[in-house]
Amino acid sequence: MTELIHILINGHAVTVKPGTSIAAAVLNAGTTAFRKSVSHVPRGPVCGMGVCFECRVKIDGIEHQRSCMVLCSEGMVIETDV
Amino acid sequence: MEVGTYDAIVVGGGIVGCACAYYLSEVFESVLLIEPGPIGGGSTAAGMGHVVVMDDSPAQFALTHDSQKLWKGLFSQMSDACEVRETGTLWVAADEEEFSHVEGKRRFYEQHGVHAEVLDSQQVAEAEPNLRPGLPGGLRIPGDCVIYPVTAAGWLLEQAKRRGTVVRQGKPAVKVTGGSVMLSDGSRYTSAVVVNAAGGHASELTPGLQIEPRKGHLVITDRYPWFVHHQLVELGYLKSAHEMSSESVAFNVQPRATGQVLIGSSRQFVGWDGAIDHRIVAKMIARAAVYMPKIAELSAIRIWTGFRATTPNKLPIIGSMPEDPRMMIAAGHEGLGITTSLATGKLIADLASGITPRIDPSPFAPGAAYHHD
Amino acid sequence: MSDLTPKQIWIVGAGPAGIAAAEAALESGATVGVIDENPAPGGQIYRALLGVMKPEIQSRVDALHAKGVLFLNQTTVIDAPAVGELTVKGPNGPERLRYESLILATGARELFLPFPGWTLPNVMGVGGLQALVKSGLDVSGKRIVVSGTGPLLLAVGAYLKQKGAKVVRIAEQAPAQRIREFTQRLVGYPYKLGQGIPLMLSIGATVRTSAWVERANGSHVLESVKINSHQEPIRCDYLACAYGFEPNVELATLLGCELHRGFVEVDETLRTSVPYVWCAGEPTGIGGIDLSEIEGKIAGYCATGNEKAAQRLMPTRARWMRFAAMLEVTYALRDELKTLPNPETILCRCEDVSIEQATEWNGSRAAKLHSRCGMGPCQGRICGAAGRFLYGWEHGTVRAPLVPVPLSDLTERDPELTNHTN
Ligand SMILES: Cc1cc2nc3c(=O)[nH]c(=O)nc-3n(C[C@H](O)[C@H](O)[C@H](O)COP(=O)(O)OP(=O)(O)OC[C@H]3O[C@@H](n4cnc5c(N)ncnc54)[C@H](O)[C@@H]3O)c2cc1C
Ligand SMILES: Cc1cc2nc3c(=O)[nH]c(=O)nc-3n(C[C@H](O)[C@H](O)[C@H](O)COP(=O)(O)OP(=O)(O)OC[C@H]3O[C@@H](n4cnc5c(N)ncnc54)[C@H](O)[C@@H]3O)c2cc1C
Ligand code: FES
Repeated sequence: MTELIHILINGHAVTVKPGTSIAAAVLNAGTTAFRKSVSHVPRGPVCGMGVCFECRVKIDGIEHQRSCMVLCSEGMVIETDV
Repeated sequence: MEVGTYDAIVVGGGIVGCACAYYLSEVFESVLLIEPGPIGGGSTAAGMGHVVVMDDSPAQFALTHDSQKLWKGLFSQMSDACEVRETGTLWVAADEEEFSHVEGKRRFYEQHGVHAEVLDSQQVAEAEPNLRPGLPGGLRIPGDCVIYPVTAAGWLLEQAKRRGTVVRQGKPAVKVTGGSVMLSDGSRYTSAVVVNAAGGHASELTPGLQIEPRKGHLVITDRYPWFVHHQLVELGYLKSAHEMSSESVAFNVQPRATGQVLIGSSRQFVGWDGAIDHRIVAKMIARAAVYMPKIAELSAIRIWTGFRATTPNKLPIIGSMPEDPRMMIAAGHEGLGITTSLATGKLIADLASGITPRIDPSPFAPGAAYHHD
Repeated sequence: MSDLTPKQIWIVGAGPAGIAAAEAALESGATVGVIDENPAPGGQIYRALLGVMKPEIQSRVDALHAKGVLFLNQTTVIDAPAVGELTVKGPNGPERLRYESLILATGARELFLPFPGWTLPNVMGVGGLQALVKSGLDVSGKRIVVSGTGPLLLAVGAYLKQKGAKVVRIAEQAPAQRIREFTQRLVGYPYKLGQGIPLMLSIGATVRTSAWVERANGSHVLESVKINSHQEPIRCDYLACAYGFEPNVELATLLGCELHRGFVEVDETLRTSVPYVWCAGEPTGIGGIDLSEIEGKIAGYCATGNEKAAQRLMPTRARWMRFAAMLEVTYALRDELKTLPNPETILCRCEDVSIEQATEWNGSRAAKLHSRCGMGPCQGRICGAAGRFLYGWEHGTVRAPLVPVPLSDLTERDPELTNHTN
């Protein structure tokens, strides 16, 4: 359980502990703009529990994924602000 | 309880009622529109908003063509919220058999003043990269467009209000005759002209109208700008729409101005049961995926149902009741009421004010439906 | 289709109510399955820290596992396609489950109210920020303002402090007098008082009552907040702000359960208006963890025909319902909160619809249709709840899928029903 997980956030390699959500990993990496809203302003997580859809990012090529509901797993590629 | 007198009263605030108010307010001093719910909250809130010229029958062609011209005359004034997009329609052939009819269709459209282009296999692929490769081709009608029906209805009514139209919202009409309208709270309005524009419910107010609800399902996705460019419809659509079979689905996919993808469509006769039928939704999406495999990956955010007001002759009922010319009908627009709302409103206003209509009104006259078939 | 072990009872939600319901149902000899969207059981309050549950919760979950309870984690109920059936979406795609009894223990979410700047990144919920910390967010050294209402503010404030954050202010909208009265009445609930004292000792000094955030400042990210009781804006890295809870009643609504004042209507046995469907915890009324646990037990017993065992718990439930009523009075939202947003403040965050645009229409449905308020992927869960507080809006129509799913999940034609009756 203690082995670290390697992921890519916007092209940067990041290492996280098992059990880390993508939302937490992205914030820890210093990124606060998870997505651009409909009127092009930055937004980030609000509810932390899958309700608000503000934390949507692209995970492994699939858009509109709730980053607070998905745990990091080895080799994941995450893009924010798309 | 007598409350007021108007030159014209429109019953129903869907897109057809709003279009009637729009044109009636040009020819009459005082117009009243009655709507129990939100403006555009009936079938208008469910429709795809494809403003399309259809060649199903000469009368339908005339009405859709005239109406599309009227829409285009208004687009520059309409608000952004109306989400106007001049996408064109791409009728997609599934096989060589379907493709062989495309040239004839093109000629018909061109002869009647509608520009149409035949696209070959490669041109279709270039126009819509997400379509399945290897489709034989299709027919593009560049002049067709897409709007958001609810706000378009709201905009039409807003213009009518500027010309003095009064809107009474909250209570349904319970009794409608040539000279008067009574609401559920007992208030009564009198008028020289009453237009029943209650969509699928018109027959509840005017007995004898043959209108049946025909249910449709739609699915909308999250935002995927430029996943699709044209309104895409399979050439087999007309068959599916025209047949009165109990159930059908067709590939019918629309790009919204928001970047969302709107996926239709289904047709079922099941009365007014608005529940989502999962089997039909599954069939509809499977059908769409046959033409656009990657569509299956998009995220669906809402599914809803709506009802098309269907008449026996597949044409809307527009005009005066034979026994009472002051009682006019503007209802039964099936799957084309967004498109044909403006021509309907214009026709109603022309007939009510004694102006010679721009198109032949006889195929739409109340009563025509019974004598047809 | 994966092969799921047949179950007689399905419980939706693996928080306190769901876990307690599973224990009780198991006691009456039923086969039990628990569905939850999160990666691990625990719900919001028992949420695991980096996947590690508190030992006392872990042992309860382990015991349930050992007795054959099936936990479907990372699994969301997306539809109730027919009587006695649920469609769920898990790691292996959609599948259909059949239930003989269903217990809804879907919990609550936080109520977020709009104020200028509430859409800035790093403005979050109170439970929301805590959930992110539990899933790995590092807040050490961060300046955090906690605001809104309710006992959760203290609990989360103390938690954040323990994680190394600098909790610079806790702004509680309720007046001091009401909180004092509440504290006095806590004598009747010594164990609650016991929970509260260490929190007050840890974080009490930063608390201001009758205080609320008027605006959040920043250009691309939160920089500071303005609190009504302070002249100067307070610099901070995060604002955790929530005004209590909003029950998750979407699944209940989809199933056709009657609601009363926004909560699922239940009888004494926690049976809803829909046959074979019970409901426990926050969806029946916001009462916190103890009420949820008791309700879970009652529902678990009653759903398995063991009403006698449930009977014994009714007085305890009544006691915690009185506690819930005290909470409701103490932390009732003040009217000033309705005046915080400007006309241009965003109400619908999914579609960026402003207060001005949304309130041009009469009611939530007209606002949705004409202004797009509530049309986005959250389907009005955030703006709709705010609109109910601000404008008395009605609940919107709930449609499947309950959360967005790929279209391919909807094409599964007649997926095989998982037979769980053996
Ligand atoms: C799935 C689907 C897709 C469609 N796609 C398209 C498309 O792409 N293009 C297109 O052109 N058309 C389309 N349509 C058709 C189009 O939506 C309808 O033809 C059109 O909305 C009809 O408008 P209406 O005003 O007649 O009816 P409605 O919008 O139903 O309006 C009738 C109004 O009357 C009111 N009313 C009812 N009873 C009373 C009463 N007793 N008193 C007062 N008022 C009353 C109702 O509240 C309602 O607001 C589609 C329809 C469906 C269902
Ligand atoms: C072009 C277009 C784009 C859209 N885009 C989106 C989008 O992006 N996101 C989105 O969420 N929606 C979208 N919609 C859908 C729209 O918001 C509504 O969901 C749609 O009008 C259908 O509504 P509904 O049936 O889901 O429920 P509702 O809109 O809630 O309507 C149901 C109505 O029917 C009434 N009703 C229910 N049962 C009965 C009954 N038995 N008898 C009489 N009345 C009853 C209810 O009181 C309510 O007024 C779009 C619609 C269109 C036309
Ligand atoms: S933070 Fe709200 S859905 Fe992820």
